[in-house]
Amino acid sequence: MDPVLERVIVEAAVKIALVFFVVLTTVAYMTWVERRVSAWIQDRRGPNRVGPFGLLQPLADGIKFLFKEEITPPHVYRPVYLLAPILILVPALLTISVVPFGPALRLFGRDVPLRVADVDNGVLIILAFASMGVYGIALAGWSSNNKYSLMGGLRSSAQLISYELAMGLAIVGILMSAGSLRLSDVVARQAEHGWNVLWQLPGFVVFLTAAFAETNRLPFDLPEAETELVAGYHTEYSGMRFSMFYMAEYANMVTASCLAATLYLGGYHVPGLQRLGLPQNAAAIVQLLAFGIKVAFFLFVYVWVRWTIPRFRYDQLMNLGWKVLLPVALVHIVWVAFIVLMGWA
Amino acid sequence: MFRTEEMDINMGPQHPSTHGVLRLKLTLDGEEIVDVRPIIGYLHRGVEKLCEHRTYPMIEPLTDRLDYVAAISENLGYCGAVEKLMGLQVPPRAQYIRVILAELQRIASHLLWLGTHALDLGAMTVYFYTFRERELILDLFEQFCGARLTYNSMRIGGLLEDVPAGWTDRVRHFLGLFPSRQKEYEDLLTVNRIWLGRTRGVGILKADDAVAMGASGPTLRGSGVDYDVRRAQPYSSYEQFEFDVPTGTNCDTYDRYLVRMEEMRQSCRIIRQALDRLPEGEVRAKVPKYIKPPVGEVYHVVESPRGEQGFYLVSKGGEMPYRMRFRSPSFVNLQALPMMCRGQLIADVVAVIGSIDIVLGDVDR
Repeated sequence: MDPVLERVIVEAAVKIALVFFVVLTTVAYMTWVERRVSAWIQDRRGPNRVGPFGLLQPLADGIKFLFKEEITPPHVYRPVYLLAPILILVPALLTISVVPFGPALRLFGRDVPLRVADVDNGVLIILAFASMGVYGIALAGWSSNNKYSLMGGLRSSAQLISYELAMGLAIVGILMSAGSLRLSDVVARQAEHGWNVLWQLPGFVVFLTAAFAETNRLPFDLPEAETELVAGYHTEYSGMRFSMFYMAEYANMVTASCLAATLYLGGYHVPGLQRLGLPQNAAAIVQLLAFGIKVAFFLFVYVWVRWTIPRFRYDQLMNLGWKVLLPVALVHIVWVAFIVLMGWA
Repeated sequence: MFRTEEMDINMGPQHPSTHGVLRLKLTLDGEEIVDVRPIIGYLHRGVEKLCEHRTYPMIEPLTDRLDYVAAISENLGYCGAVEKLMGLQVPPRAQYIRVILAELQRIASHLLWLGTHALDLGAMTVYFYTFRERELILDLFEQFCGARLTYNSMRIGGLLEDVPAGWTDRVRHFLGLFPSRQKEYEDLLTVNRIWLGRTRGVGILKADDAVAMGASGPTLRGSGVDYDVRRAQPYSSYEQFEFDVPTGTNCDTYDRYLVRMEEMRQSCRIIRQALDRLPEGEVRAKVPKYIKPPVGEVYHVVESPRGEQGFYLVSKGGEMPYRMRFRSPSFVNLQALPMMCRGQLIADVVAVIGSIDIVLGDVDR
């Protein structure tokens, strides 16, 4: 094989493995963070028995889930029932592949960009994968043959469709200013002209709200609304398959936080870093860390919001999506177009 | 080829928001409620029949198990009924301590209601805050009678013992602490847009309907009817205390929420007055060794945290009652549920159940 091609393949494989590992670890540790932060908010202690500060709790949970008996109820439609958790987890993990974590790192005499794939239509791929997630939820609800699950599935389909629109329109503002669908261009443009959040605040708010709805997190966790629909679409799941739904939820959170950081907070850009004149690798690592901090901030917001406010009602959620977020996003597009046209940006 | 039809769905008896073993048969049109039929009896223990085979002092522990989150109100009502039949005069100190206990119990019960109600609507954190304060009240009860849930706290004719030394100071300490804690809950909920959206205009029970359904307690007062047994038919010297009876105006879930929040403040006010004017003296009247009320019947009501708790007692002169009947507010309030839920969405059922604050032990007896 051509040695250049070989190197490219090896590099890609290593990066995929690394990102996969990091994302799954983040997902596992998000469950720990969620429980510790919620405990802190609620004046409790949270998990603190397994390992120091309960840090091994996710591991213990994973082992527990693996050894749990998987019960497939007799009334489900098996092929779809078994497929649904995979359908929801895979797109959630795939989305992360186009996110740029940092600039290039100088390794073995060549530049290694810190992203799995730098495709020209990254934003479109994100939107496409985000919409895939709804199939898993809807099919899980439908194949469970349980009225509560079905309602959960239906709610999520309606919810995701309405919020996708607002989210897509919010992103249009970014595309117009960056003039590219490539996420690294979006970051480069923000490094040059300032973070998008500074002048696209309405778009940012719409995006963040829609991201909450997309990830089915409180206050938009209607598909699983445990006090109404018991657990919604995953009522009939147990063992590892059940935990796959949870992993998908947290993976979606990580993805959404990465996107929010990339699109609005300048991605891995650190203001004033160039003036320090650090060597390339050191600068890259600092930027990687900065990206991690930005993502961690959004993840914390997710947890913070969940344990603070009540849940929306189905019709209120729809009203918010169609009557508030969508018009705001449209007006925002006009605003951004005007700014871009006048060349003020 | 395509058609729509109504869907029947069972909510409960095993469901996180039916507060026990209530079963609701919902008929749904999509997410909209067409009809609700509450099905009860999963917790029926035949307490009324059991009472016919117990001596009068032995019945009090049974009353603990009716409304198990407000057992002291039940104790108070039951002892009051027997005392009324026997013509016993309870010493003033005992009456005041009973009032303090009953009002602490009202706060504890409302805290439990607030926590679970907020939990049902997705605000999970309030639950932990209210339980933190409820724990303080339970500690006070534990110091008083050794129990934390089923107290058996009173005796016919008064109390078994006086309050322990320093107890009143601890109650005062709690009263000093509680208003700021209550503000914490209100900060999280009272003006929260989502909370308002979930409770305003939800589960409307018009004043006329509330009266016709026999509703009582905060469920009735939330509908704007100014009726409180503590003021209408005072017992245990409630006539000596100053307190307001909050009422609602919009007859919805939010008003019932506001009424209960205000009731907690009024309870604090009553306890403060009772502590300030706590008389000295005996805590138990002269009671015969064997309690045998004269032949006759009596009906005694108290205002429990859930509403009008009635005790109907028929005595044939023996050591055991001939008939004991409990008018439980949860049972009566529950019958207004279908009326409040029709035409609302499925998520509202959860809000409405929370707002009428039922306890299944009280419903099923």
